Amino acid sequence: MKKFISIILALTLCTACASLFTGCSNSYEGEINVYNWGEYISNGEDGTIDIISEFEKQFNIKVNYTNYETNEEMYNILKNSNSSYDVIIPSDYMISKLIEEDMLAEINFDNIPNFDKNIMERFKNPEYDKGSKYSVPYSWGVVAMVYNKTMIPEKPTGWNALWNEEYKGNILMFNNSRDAMAIAMQMCNIDPSVVTKEDIDKATEKLKEQRPLLKKYVMDQVFTEMEGNQSAIAPYYAGDIFTMMDNNEDLDYVLPEEGSNLFVDAMCIPKDSKNKELAEKFINFMLEPEMAAANAEYIGYSTPNTAAFELLDENYRNSELISPPDEYLDKCYTFYNLPDDVYSYMQEQFVKAQS
Amino acid sequence: MKSKKLSIPYLIWMVVFTLIPLATIIFYAFTNKQGNFSFEPFQNAFFYSDVFVRSIWIALVSCLICIILAYPMAYIMSRCKERTQNLFVMLITIPMWMNFLLRIYAWVILLQNNGPIDTALSILGINANLMGNAGTVVLGMVYEFLPFMILPIYTVMSKIDNRLIEAAQDLGSNSVQIFKKVVFPLSIPGIISGITMVFVPSASTFLVAQYLGGTDNIMIGDVIDKIFWTDQNTGSAISLILMVAILIFLVLMNFFGDEEAIS
Repeated sequence: MKKFISIILALTLCTACASLFTGCSNSYEGEINVYNWGEYISNGEDGTIDIISEFEKQFNIKVNYTNYETNEEMYNILKNSNSSYDVIIPSDYMISKLIEEDMLAEINFDNIPNFDKNIMERFKNPEYDKGSKYSVPYSWGVVAMVYNKTMIPEKPTGWNALWNEEYKGNILMFNNSRDAMAIAMQMCNIDPSVVTKEDIDKATEKLKEQRPLLKKYVMDQVFTEMEGNQSAIAPYYAGDIFTMMDNNEDLDYVLPEEGSNLFVDAMCIPKDSKNKELAEKFINFMLEPEMAAANAEYIGYSTPNTAAFELLDENYRNSELISPPDEYLDKCYTFYNLPDDVYSYMQEQFVKAQS
Repeated sequence: MKSKKLSIPYLIWMVVFTLIPLATIIFYAFTNKQGNFSFEPFQNAFFYSDVFVRSIWIALVSCLICIILAYPMAYIMSRCKERTQNLFVMLITIPMWMNFLLRIYAWVILLQNNGPIDTALSILGINANLMGNAGTVVLGMVYEFLPFMILPIYTVMSKIDNRLIEAAQDLGSNSVQIFKKVVFPLSIPGIISGITMVFVPSASTFLVAQYLGGTDNIMIGDVIDKIFWTDQNTGSAISLILMVAILIFLVLMNFFGDEEAIS
């Protein structure tokens, strides 16, 4: 009996080894390192497309996929670590910073035919990358407000709702200096895309004025707060508001009449990339309508890809929140890179306004 | 000689993961952004003294409540049969197997408006906002760190030689006297290590305050976190001040603790 078991064990071991070797023999033609936000690509859950493995299968290229949580984290890794990345997906202001510091490679658009074919005109030649040399837009959205209809019967119109005494103790605010300051600046009639220290001082005063009315400064907690009917109103990213409204019928959105922040995350190739052509292949693949549509559905943010947009669900396409009308987008602004000392000052003043 | 060789990996560990980071923090705390020697970070840090005092205060209150709750518990446990003791230890540690954030989320759900506790209270006619105040933060801290107070006190108490108590009884002490003269003095080392394990993390944690507190309950850990994004110097200075404050507190504790244990 003992012998029998040991034979079985030996056999299973052999097959395990064999399968390991066959795994190795399936050699890839190349390899790329993709560095993206967490939960920012369709991964095959719930019948969606697993984009990474789809790409690996089609082109026989191995993708090493890693995540970051913030633009700043990505920047620090890119700047200070030895690892080289081939595709990164930073936000607008971070892209302009990377361009200024000469950390991005110029993209050869001959390898990305889908850019001309599929990308919406509005997202070509953006402010953060004049002439579209370094970046290919991946996803975008605006900052809007979400409010609870049972607590606020009349639909608010602008950012001043976040300073309204009537909702005292039920207002949430961004726990993130750039977004919070931008809203405060709009309240002071300052253009938040590029700012000076004096602008920050004014915005800080505005935020201090708001603090007694607030329930909390939040980021991810906004979901539980709003979906659980705990707070009346909060500013947040449009795609996430769409998700919240899906989960709680009492919620509705407001596109603030003053205009808002339009943010874009775009794919770039770092200067030290060793597989630039494969990276371009990957970027082009991401612009395929099915892939971009799968991503848009998974992430919940808007897509800059016309062909993908056509493939999306109808109530998604018709939502003003996901794709605001052009007249509204013209009122919006995009963040631009701030000099280090100004950004540091902004962060410091934001912490001071909170403490 | 052999024991010295054995300690080498630990020494390397200490140097790499304790001394070098500590030296880096001290270096950053005493330099400005241009990298020159300066007291500027400390001047900047001074602005946050309110938050600082508030954090220490919340940590102290939580620590005190932990002692009040943990001491009788530890005492009762140490007097039980061994099997019951093991069961208690297990029951106390089980919640710690679960993720910290998850447990705080559970409190958020329990305490939120129209949550179970709020509903129960409003049936009794009490309408209170349970979330977003210092009391909730203290509650969260006590919940989080109570096991770290109970276990060291219990460990010390269960090691008290029963013969000492019997001797005290033979010499005519009543139970109050036994507690005052025998059990309590012998349990002081446990209380001190309990305080170390509760006070230190609760002074610097910020997750609890972020989830259970409101806009007025920002903790020093939160400030350090945000400041570090752009200003490592001020962040280091605040961290250093916090470390020194905790160190002073612990030295004082040990000083008084030793004295009482002797008397």
